[in-house]
Amino acid sequence: MKKILVTFLLSVCSIALQAQVYFTKNASVSFFSKTSMEDIDAVNNQALSVLNATTGDLQFSLSVKGFHFKKPLMEEHFNENYMESEKYPKSTFKGQITDIKSVDFTKNGTYKVTVKGDLTMHGVTKNVTVPGTVTIENGKVSANAKFIIALADYDITIPKIVQQTIQKTIELTISCKYDKK
Amino acid sequence: MKTYSTALSMMALVLFSLSTKAQDTTDVMSQLENEMKQEDAQKTEYVTATFKTTRLINGHSTENVGKHVLDFRISHRFGPLNSGAYNLFGLDNATMKLDFDYGITDRLMVGVGRSTYQKTFDAFFKYKILRQSKGKKNMPITMSYVPTISLNSMKWANPDQKNYFSSRLAFVHQLVIGRKFSEGTSFEIVPTYVHRNLVALSGDKNDIYAIGIGGRQKLTKRISINAEYYYQFKGEDDDEGNVTKTTNNLSIGFDIETGGHVFQLHFTNSTSMNEKGFIGENTGKWSNGDVLFGFNISRVFNIGKRH
Repeated sequence: MKKILVTFLLSVCSIALQAQVYFTKNASVSFFSKTSMEDIDAVNNQALSVLNATTGDLQFSLSVKGFHFKKPLMEEHFNENYMESEKYPKSTFKGQITDIKSVDFTKNGTYKVTVKGDLTMHGVTKNVTVPGTVTIENGKVSANAKFIIALADYDITIPKIVQQTIQKTIELTISCKYDKK
Repeated sequence: MKTYSTALSMMALVLFSLSTKAQDTTDVMSQLENEMKQEDAQKTEYVTATFKTTRLINGHSTENVGKHVLDFRISHRFGPLNSGAYNLFGLDNATMKLDFDYGITDRLMVGVGRSTYQKTFDAFFKYKILRQSKGKKNMPITMSYVPTISLNSMKWANPDQKNYFSSRLAFVHQLVIGRKFSEGTSFEIVPTYVHRNLVALSGDKNDIYAIGIGGRQKLTKRISINAEYYYQFKGEDDDEGNVTKTTNNLSIGFDIETGGHVFQLHFTNSTSMNEKGFIGENTGKWSNGDVLFGFNISRVFNIGKRH
């Protein structure tokens, strides 16, 4: 009886160890905000992301200075005044795809999922729940999400004088193509 | 007892498998982050925002405008505070300068300007020879070379005598050497050589050597306090009345940055906003109250594609 149990547990264990982990070093995170005065948009193509297909664990990590803008001065102000990227060089997300079981990694298709976890930026951590999709195409895994966050939630203040040019919320777009670990 | 130990080993195994599950993702992430760090160490990261704008107060800072960015600048210096209530402490008089500066690359900018002081036209370029950086290339300072040519377009004082066009010209060569010590604190020194083709008095020298020192300290994210001092190496003092009694230029001011604008408000003892003027021909004395209020406004526009 004991033997059977141990064998069973070991096999469970080894399954867990073999858990399929996907990763990318070129996840794209971009943000966009539009006002009548000007559009603010920037993209970071060097975000790191890890997805565990078994547990649904999902993590992101990026260097704030990796966001690039069309206007050089805007990029400077983004780093200097808004994100304070000397002080807070990294932004991270640590969470889970709560309904990972609904994704069949062996079958082509686009699966709607819900991602829940802790988003940390500008030194502030907030729990967020956002909708996203996981796409399987011939064994290749990619993930996309689009959601809106409020700058005030992350202690990013907009001075009164530029409140006409900067929205209080920004739209984040995440797009990653994963490789197998 | 046997059952007990079985249960224990079972629990241990379950815990082990659980912890492996949870750690998996984090382990892979920290591995990726380490790889990224090693890659970053192979890159050079240039320091940005040493100063808020391309001028500290009167003189140049180590900043350039970005590639394909036009910086339109309007600067005013009012009259001296000691001109009294009759002139509203200087506000009745104003000297103005307009500048159009443009970034050809991120390291090279050019500019033209026109000032009401001696109806001066000027043109310069600023090239960053060294850029403060860390990472693969470690450079402690930024150093720019800034040559300026200025043209006094006033009508000749003595139109009857033979006047030469070259007499209108003056040349300035500067090295702006600066360092951002921390997020809020930056300093610069500016060795300067000024050559004037024509000087006012017979004892005045055509060549002036000077050194500028300046710095900024951020008070908030968008406001900094700046100071700037240009010291002229005059040599022995000539007191026979045929030398213009010049003074060194001292200015103190604030930078207020709001998006695409930078407002610079300051007090200075110089009316001129041209290097030749505020370094070489300044006569105001702080101790006499020859202090002028002034401001620069900078507004940047993006022209053309950046990439």
